[in-house]
Parts: sequence; C-alpha cells; structure tokens
Amino acid sequence: MRSVFLFFFLLQLTSSARAQDINTLVQKVKDKINLVNDYAANGTMKTNVIFLKVPVATVKLFFKKPNRLRIINEKGISFIPKGAVNMNMSNVLSSGKYSVLDAGTDKIGNVVVKVVKLLPEDDNADVVLSTLYIDAVNQVILKTKTTTRDNGTYELQMSYGKFINYGLPDKIIFSFNTKDYKMPKGVTFDFEDGTEKKKVDDKIKNKMGKVEIYISDYTINKGIADQVFN
Amino acid sequence: MWNLLQIELFKIFKKPRTYLAFAIIAAFIFLIQLGLLVNGKDWMKFMLGSLDETMNIDYNKLVNGYAVCYFVLNLLLVHVPILVALVAGDVVSGEASMGTLRLLAAKPVSRTQIILAKYFATAVYVFALLLWIAIISLVVSLAVFGKNDLVVAKTNGLQLIESGDVLWRYFFAFGFAFIAMMVVAAISLLLSVLSENSIGPIVATVGIIIVCTLISEMEIPLYQKYIKPYLFTTYMLGWKGFFYIGSTDDGETIKGSIQYLPGILKSMAALLIYIVALVSASVFIFRKKDILS
Amino acid sequence: MSSIIQVKNLSKQFNDIQAVNELSFTVEEGDVYGFLGQNGAGKSTTIRMLLTLIKPTAGDISIFGKSLSNYRQEILKQVGAVIEKPDLYKYLSAFDNLAIFAKMSGMKPNRALLLDQLKMVGLEERAFSKVKTFSQGMKQRLGIAVALVHNPQLIILDEPTNGLDPQGIADMRNLILHLSRQLGKTIVVSSHLLSEIELVANRMLIIHKGKKIVEGDVAALLDPSKSLVQIETDNNVMAREKLGLTKWAPLIQDNALCLQLKMNKEAVPQLITDLVSLQVQLLSVNPMHSLEDYFLSLTTQAGHVESFTN
Repeated sequence: MRSVFLFFFLLQLTSSARAQDINTLVQKVKDKINLVNDYAANGTMKTNVIFLKVPVATVKLFFKKPNRLRIINEKGISFIPKGAVNMNMSNVLSSGKYSVLDAGTDKIGNVVVKVVKLLPEDDNADVVLSTLYIDAVNQVILKTKTTTRDNGTYELQMSYGKFINYGLPDKIIFSFNTKDYKMPKGVTFDFEDGTEKKKVDDKIKNKMGKVEIYISDYTINKGIADQVFN
Repeated sequence: MWNLLQIELFKIFKKPRTYLAFAIIAAFIFLIQLGLLVNGKDWMKFMLGSLDETMNIDYNKLVNGYAVCYFVLNLLLVHVPILVALVAGDVVSGEASMGTLRLLAAKPVSRTQIILAKYFATAVYVFALLLWIAIISLVVSLAVFGKNDLVVAKTNGLQLIESGDVLWRYFFAFGFAFIAMMVVAAISLLLSVLSENSIGPIVATVGIIIVCTLISEMEIPLYQKYIKPYLFTTYMLGWKGFFYIGSTDDGETIKGSIQYLPGILKSMAALLIYIVALVSASVFIFRKKDILS
Repeated sequence: MSSIIQVKNLSKQFNDIQAVNELSFTVEEGDVYGFLGQNGAGKSTTIRMLLTLIKPTAGDISIFGKSLSNYRQEILKQVGAVIEKPDLYKYLSAFDNLAIFAKMSGMKPNRALLLDQLKMVGLEERAFSKVKTFSQGMKQRLGIAVALVHNPQLIILDEPTNGLDPQGIADMRNLILHLSRQLGKTIVVSSHLLSEIELVANRMLIIHKGKKIVEGDVAALLDPSKSLVQIETDNNVMAREKLGLTKWAPLIQDNALCLQLKMNKEAVPQLITDLVSLQVQLLSVNPMHSLEDYFLSLTTQAGHVESFTN
C-alpha cells in the first residue's frame, strides 16, 4: 500500500519536473523567436493544390511583431493560403494564454523531438489546439499541427539553415484544408481534349493543399513600414 | 482567280451588312470591358468560387488585359458564327435573290472558280473580323487593364499562366478560331448554294450550330458516344486548348507548354476535313446547278 | 456567212416538265434573230442554255463553230447578255457594276473606257450613283452597258423591253438596229410580242411548249402573198361551199372555226367582187397582214408545226 503511494508520489514528482522542463523549453524557443522584431525575406513558393495549376512564384515575405505576416508576389498573381499568417511561430506562441502539455517524444526524420500541446485558455480563441514538435537541441520548432475553429486543420513543417539562431526556417511546408472547387460547365465551356478522366474528380475530394516556401535570405530587424501589411 | 477574288472582296466590303458585324463586335466588347472595369472583381470572385474562402487573392491583378480578353473570347466566339453566317450565307444566295447570279455565271469564268473565290473572300472577311476582335479585345484591354498573369478557370480547377507565357497562346488561339469559323463559313456557303434567298442560309447555319452545340454539351451517353465525335461543334472550342497549360504531377505549370497538343491537332484536323468536305460539296452542287433565278 | 449559233435537238427536262423539246435552229452571222414565244414557251430556258446557266438534258449547242460545253470560257468571252430583268448590284454604283462585269469578262478596263460606255447609254451623269436609286429604264440601260462593255460578237437579249415605257422600247429598238447595222453584231432577241420582233429581226423562230413552231426569214413571213385573209359571212359553211367551186378553192384553209384563205393581199378586191357575185352576205373581210395574227393563230393550235420557207 505504501509502495503504491510512493509510486504515485514519484510519478507526480517526475511529471511536474517534466512540466517544468517543457515550460522552460517553450520559453527558450519563444525567447529565440522574440529576437526578431521584423524581417523581410525573399523566396520562392511552390503550390500543390489539386485544383490549382500554378508556376513556382517568386515571393517576398514580410513580418512584423506581434503577428503580422504578408506574402507578396510582386510581379504576378499568386494564391496565398489564408492560414499562411500562421507561418510565423510568434503567432502560435505569443497569442494569448495557453496551457502547455507534455506529450512525450517523437521523431521527425532522424531528429528526436519533444511533442508539446498548447491549449488556449480563451474558449473563444480561433485556435482550438496546437501541437508543436520541438528540436530541443537547437531550440527550434520543426513541425506544428494546429486545429482551428474556422480554418480547419493545418500543419507546418520547417527546416533550418543559416538563420537557425533567430528561429527562422529556410524551408516551410504549409499544409491546409481546401474547399472543393467546381464550376458549372456552362460557365467555363471547357474544351475537352480527351485528357480529362473521371479520377480527377475523385482526387479533388482529397482536400489537403500544400504550399512550399524556400527562403533564400532574411533581412532582420531593419524596420518595416506598416503599409506593407495593408 | 486573283481577279475574281478581288471582285468578291470588293462586293463584300462594299456591302453595309459587312460593317454591321464589325460594329456589333465593337459594341459587344466595349460593353464587356466597361462592365469589367466597374465590376471586374465581382466577376472574378464568382469565377474563383469557394477559393476566395481559403486563399488570399489579389483581385486587382486578376482583372488584367489578358483575363479580359479571355473572358471576351469565351463569350464572343460562341456568337461570331452568326456574324460569319451573315456574310457567308449571302455570298451565293444573295446574288441569286438579287438576280446577279445569272450574270455572274454567264461570264467566262468557271463555276468552281466562282465558288472558291467567294469562299476565299469570306476567309478574308473572317480574318478581318478576328483581327478586329483581337485588336479591341486584346490590344485595347491590355491598354486599359494592364498586363499580368492569366488565370483560366476550368470545371474542376484553375490554372495560372505567367504573363510572359500568354501572348503566343492568343496568337494560336485566334489562328484556331479562324479555322473553326471557316467551318461555319463553309456550312453557310453550302446552304447558300442550295438556296435562292439569303435569310434561309443564315438562319439555317445558326440553327445547325445551336443544335450541334446542344448535342455536344448534353451528357447523354448515346449522343456522347455515337454523335458527338462527328459534330464540328465538338471541336470548335479547341482554341481554349492553347490556354490549358501543361504541368508536373504536383501541379507546377511548365512554362511554354500545352497540356495536350494532340487533342488540339486532332480538333484542327477534324475541322479541316469539314472544310474540305463542305467546300467540295458546294463546288460540286454549284457546278451541276441550273441557275433559274 | 457562217453560223454563229447552231442548236441541234436541244431538250431540257425539269422533273416532269419538258421545258424545251428537240429544238434545233441556226443563227447566222449578222442576224438579228427574233426568238418568239408566249410566256413559258421555253425561250428563257433556251437562252439560259446558250449562256450555260442551265445544263441541257440532251442536244448540242455550238457557238462560233465550237462546242459550248468544251469551249465554254472562250465562247462566253465573246458573248454579252441581258437576261430578263437587268438586275445588278444595287448597293454599288453604275461604274462599279460595269467595272466588275468587265473584269469578269476578262478585260482590264480603264476608267475612261467605262465612263465612255456609260455615256453611250446616257448614264454618264449618274455613273457614281448607286443602282438602287435608278429607275427601271436606267437599270435597263446599265444592263445593256454591262452586256456590251467587253465588245462581244454575239449579243443575247432576253425580253429586253420588259417593264419599259414606250420611249424606252423605242430606244431599245434603235439600239438593236444600231448594234446590228453599224457595228455588225449578231443579236438574239427574245420576246413574247411579235410587234417588237418584226420591227428589228431579220430572222425569227417561234416556239411553243418547248417545240419549234416555225423558223424563217421575217421578210418571208411578212410577205403579203403569204397573208391570211379571214372572211366573215352570215353563213360560213355555205360561203365555203360556194367558194370551193371557184378558182379560189386551193387557197381555202383547213379551219373549221372560220373561213380563211392564204392569198396575196392585193387580190382582196377581186375576192370581194367574186363573193358578192356568188351572193354571199359579207360581214367582213379581214386581211391578217402582220405576223402577230399568224403567231397567235399558230400558237393557239398546240403542236402545229409548219415548214415555211421560200
């Protein structure tokens, strides 16, 4: 009986110690992210949405604290996923209060990561649940999964290079929910050249879209005018 | 032959009716341009459908000269056959009803030459008409709306063509539209040879196009399988094929590519076969015809 | 003199209608050849076959000594025609119309020549007015100009006086005579009115229901010795019997309806004297001196073919 009690005591001790660890880790990650007040970056964007055929676009990314992010295709037209604003981690970490839960470890590629779940305390917040996969060694987030009330579930995967010290990735893969796209034939008057097959329709029902952004260089903390975000 | 062609062109371009088509087209395109200038964004939102909910889209860039021209062609090319029929349906029957056909046919030129000269003159008219459309819908639109990437909507998707990759597509699209319109001209010519008044062939041509288009568009298996492959209207939308850009497996477009060129070439071949068959039939019938008008 | 047109056994069948039936005739160089028949007799069909507008069902046509079917273009270069109404491009000017048909006849017309041609038909002041503003007579004159602009050897005029006022008809007659006498053209002119033909033609053909009724010299057909004299009495049967016993017997025509004699008009007074002495009650003696009556009498007897030569 006693040993049982001891077991529970120890268990609680370790778990609170782990909670302590996790909070520290999240804080460290947050501190690193907070180093960046603003940035401007150049990159290329590759879109992979089943009903979209678009070329790889040259884009510019602008960020300003606390959570403003804009992706611009200066030359031409790009379809930018609405959830892309969540591509900045400070949005994930600094918006409001949340409880941090340790969800153990996992592996991304060869890297062992800590899995952390963030539960916003505000019941009305758009984000219902965020799951972070943190590389504890480098103190950067490698992957997030966010479930929102209005914008479905989206996922971010990041890899880091030169700007790892600022917690800024040089590759971001953003996966998001898309709505079905279907136009009546009477509107589009398609020319049927014999390539359209039924299976295309089935594929469209798989509603995950993906955007890959490769960032070549960041200009950090040089100040950015507010009108960029309008 | 050149002499005859000149005469036929002279007759076509001296006829007030000819310019009616140019005026109608200009009015039509200007109305569309005005509409898009005022409400272009709303139209684009409609074309993009639910995409607006998941994507941020710069509508100011979307409503550009290339997009306006594409929109114009979508709406207009369906109706141009009427304007083509207006002139082509009149070339022989108009002369029959006017009474000049008997003078023409009593001249020392062969009837084959007469028909071919009339068809070639119609071709020049159709070419001028398409050039006119190109000038107003493309050049004017680019001047008014500027140049940017072109987003093309299909039933089950959107594709974006970079602005530098668009112009040549229009060039070929107009070329294809020319061939398609020459099929219409050939139908009108044949009906014109068979008729003694000019309203009949014009109305009949338009009627044939409407019926064939309906059959082409109806998703009835019987028609789809056995009739549709033989209808010229099935191939008339082929100009759009030049705006269906090729892509990699994960949806990245390949600059300067066409999704399925053989499909377009097949359409073109089908239309050319129609032209040859219809013009040959016109020549054959006109050669045998007793001119009683 | 050589034959300009030679037609042999020409037939045209439209479905179940035999429009032209085994028609043969010859037009010689320099002729003004009258082509006479009622409306629907087959004149227009024949003329259209001469102009290759209608393909014959059977028979041969040679023009200028050459087969029309084999040398169509060569022959048509030398033919000018006004076919029924002078319909032209209404939305074009007289000048443009003339230019078009001149070019189609293989000419390279210059402005002066075309204006000259319009002057000849009295249209120089309206040369650049649209044809739709023209009166019927002006259109007719323009039609003539179109037919003549390429200086053809053979001119075919189908019902050229249709719709013209008396002055127009007189002008047309003078023009035909001018073309024939001064310019030496060969002319085929069709009409349903003999009065027109007899004033201009030297030879003529009468057709009825697609068949030849008679072909010959107009002078011969108009010869007073070949006149018909129609006698009306209170009793034609008795008068015929009485005359049958006299020297007039061979001249009596075989006609049940009326009493007709084929005779010289100059002998009419003698005939009257004889009839009086035979105690025939005369109501009228009517010499049919014009081809009009001849034409009418022939064409009312369907299918009647008569050889009528000197």
